[in-house]
Amino acid sequence: MSYLISHPGDVLTLLLQHLRMTGIALGVAIALSVPLALLVTRLRWLAVPVLGGLGVLYTIPSLALIIFLVPLFGLNATSVIVAMVLYTQVILVRNLTVGLAGINPAVLEAARGMGMTVAQRWWRVQVPLVLPVFLAGVRIAAVVAIAIATIGAKFNAGGLGKLLFDGIQTNRYDKIVAGSMAVAALALTINGLLLALEYYAQPQRRWQKET
Amino acid sequence: MSTLQFEDVSLRFAGGERPAVNRVTCQVNSGEIVVILGPSGCGKTTLLKMVNRLYEPTEGAIFLDGVNIRQRAATQLRQQIGYVIQQSGLFPHMTVADNVAVVPRLLGWPKPQIQARIDELLALVRLPPGEFRDRYPAQLSGGQQQRVGIARALAGNPGIMLMDEPFGAIDAITRTALQDEILRLQGQLKKTILFVSHDVEEALRLADRILVMRLGEVVQFDTPFNLLTQPADDFVYTLLGADDMVRQLGLLRVASAMMALPPNYSNGHNPTLSHCDSLRDALSLILRTGAPALTVLKEGDPVGLLTLDHIRQSAVVREGSPQ
Ligand SMILES: Nc1ncnc2c1ncn2[C@@H]1O[C@H](COP(=O)(O)OP(=O)(O)OP(=O)(O)O)[C@@H](O)[C@H]1O
Ligand SMILES: [Mg+2]
Repeated sequence: MSYLISHPGDVLTLLLQHLRMTGIALGVAIALSVPLALLVTRLRWLAVPVLGGLGVLYTIPSLALIIFLVPLFGLNATSVIVAMVLYTQVILVRNLTVGLAGINPAVLEAARGMGMTVAQRWWRVQVPLVLPVFLAGVRIAAVVAIAIATIGAKFNAGGLGKLLFDGIQTNRYDKIVAGSMAVAALALTINGLLLALEYYAQPQRRWQKET
Repeated sequence: MSTLQFEDVSLRFAGGERPAVNRVTCQVNSGEIVVILGPSGCGKTTLLKMVNRLYEPTEGAIFLDGVNIRQRAATQLRQQIGYVIQQSGLFPHMTVADNVAVVPRLLGWPKPQIQARIDELLALVRLPPGEFRDRYPAQLSGGQQQRVGIARALAGNPGIMLMDEPFGAIDAITRTALQDEILRLQGQLKKTILFVSHDVEEALRLADRILVMRLGEVVQFDTPFNLLTQPADDFVYTLLGADDMVRQLGLLRVASAMMALPPNYSNGHNPTLSHCDSLRDALSLILRTGAPALTVLKEGDPVGLLTLDHIRQSAVVREGSPQ
């Protein structure tokens, strides 16, 4: 705690690095997961190999995965970000495919029968209905990404993990405490923000909670 | 109001051993309620979905107001055809008002007009706009959801409505209320309605004419009275339950069995009943009062006489039907 108060500038720099890694990774991961999920939804037989493959990736320990990526992308933030993208894919793709499959077919038939075009059905019906499920995936992915970014410090990527690893190396407990607290606070904050977003993406559920 | 024509329409699904709809030719008149009736899997839904091009026939053609529907863009065609399905298919993330506004928005109506239309339609299906406008579908009963579904289908002011077992999942009492509602709306709006049902009573109550289907083919297409009195074959006879006399009497109108007033008619002491009461009502009135004849009234004026013999004749015709 004391370290947080005495070195706010340093902690802020690391926090921004941490956020930058997480943000880039999530952005890329989301951009990748949407077409992948649409493909899996369209071509049903792809679901097992794609989700299975991504699931296997998820079981590799993050440290091992990053080490494996270093020869390809170098000892820097890129390797860590790639690892974060790979890790979060399974969560995002799974939530998106399950969410899309979960839309009541009668609703889609009504949309078609009322004369909506493919694009109108996507933006006015499928997107709003799948959004809460997808955002729940994004939230879990964000927490996972924040955790992996912490390990990034070992690979020259900076971030709040640096406080932890420096602290361990130099026996500076104040740094370790400050690092863990900062990471935890970050994860909780992002989780809370995304939870709020999820809630607002669901007007029909919001009403139920209010009454 | 629209007319609808099927000309030799068939649809064979890929891999289907026989056509789901086989060589259907018929004409639905403007402002008419036609109920498509038949056992499960006989092709009712398939026939209906070809009208708004959710399915395309493999043979034949369908004409809406004389124009082949294939000549029109599918989305544009659908915006002009009301469509109501069994599970309502309301958009769960939209309020009742937004659900009703879908087609007007697709049609690009100005905002004030859309708002006025929402209130008008909700009032029409007896959901007070003030109370229901801002609710979500999850906050409605099944019957209310179907009312919204009907309002939504009417929103773009289509000439024709397609309804696929809209009340199939609704309890019997609410279903009867909704059927009355359809008849009331129809009296006001005069749409052409194609209504799928596998409930005989529903068909007899609603239909101007019933299209009886079996294995993808039209078996008989006629008025409820003619179906009951002159079923084309055993299948129609059994399907309509024409052997349950008392029930059938409940479905036939007095007007269909009465005789015209004789010239020397003077209003004696006959009990009276309305021309749209059922023969069952008539029978029970005769049994209760012991009167030899009933005077049938239309808007208060006597228009016919009905005796036990007339009622018996309606039953006899059917007893002579193929067994
Ligand atoms: N999309 C489809 N692909 C292949 N076959 C289909 C498809 N839809 C319906 N069928 C078949 O076509 C036939 C007619 O089906 P349809 O849905 O029109 O019946 P229905 O009369 O509406 O029955 P129900 O009363 O059960 O709704 C059935 O044998 C059905 O299995
Ligand atoms: Mg059906």
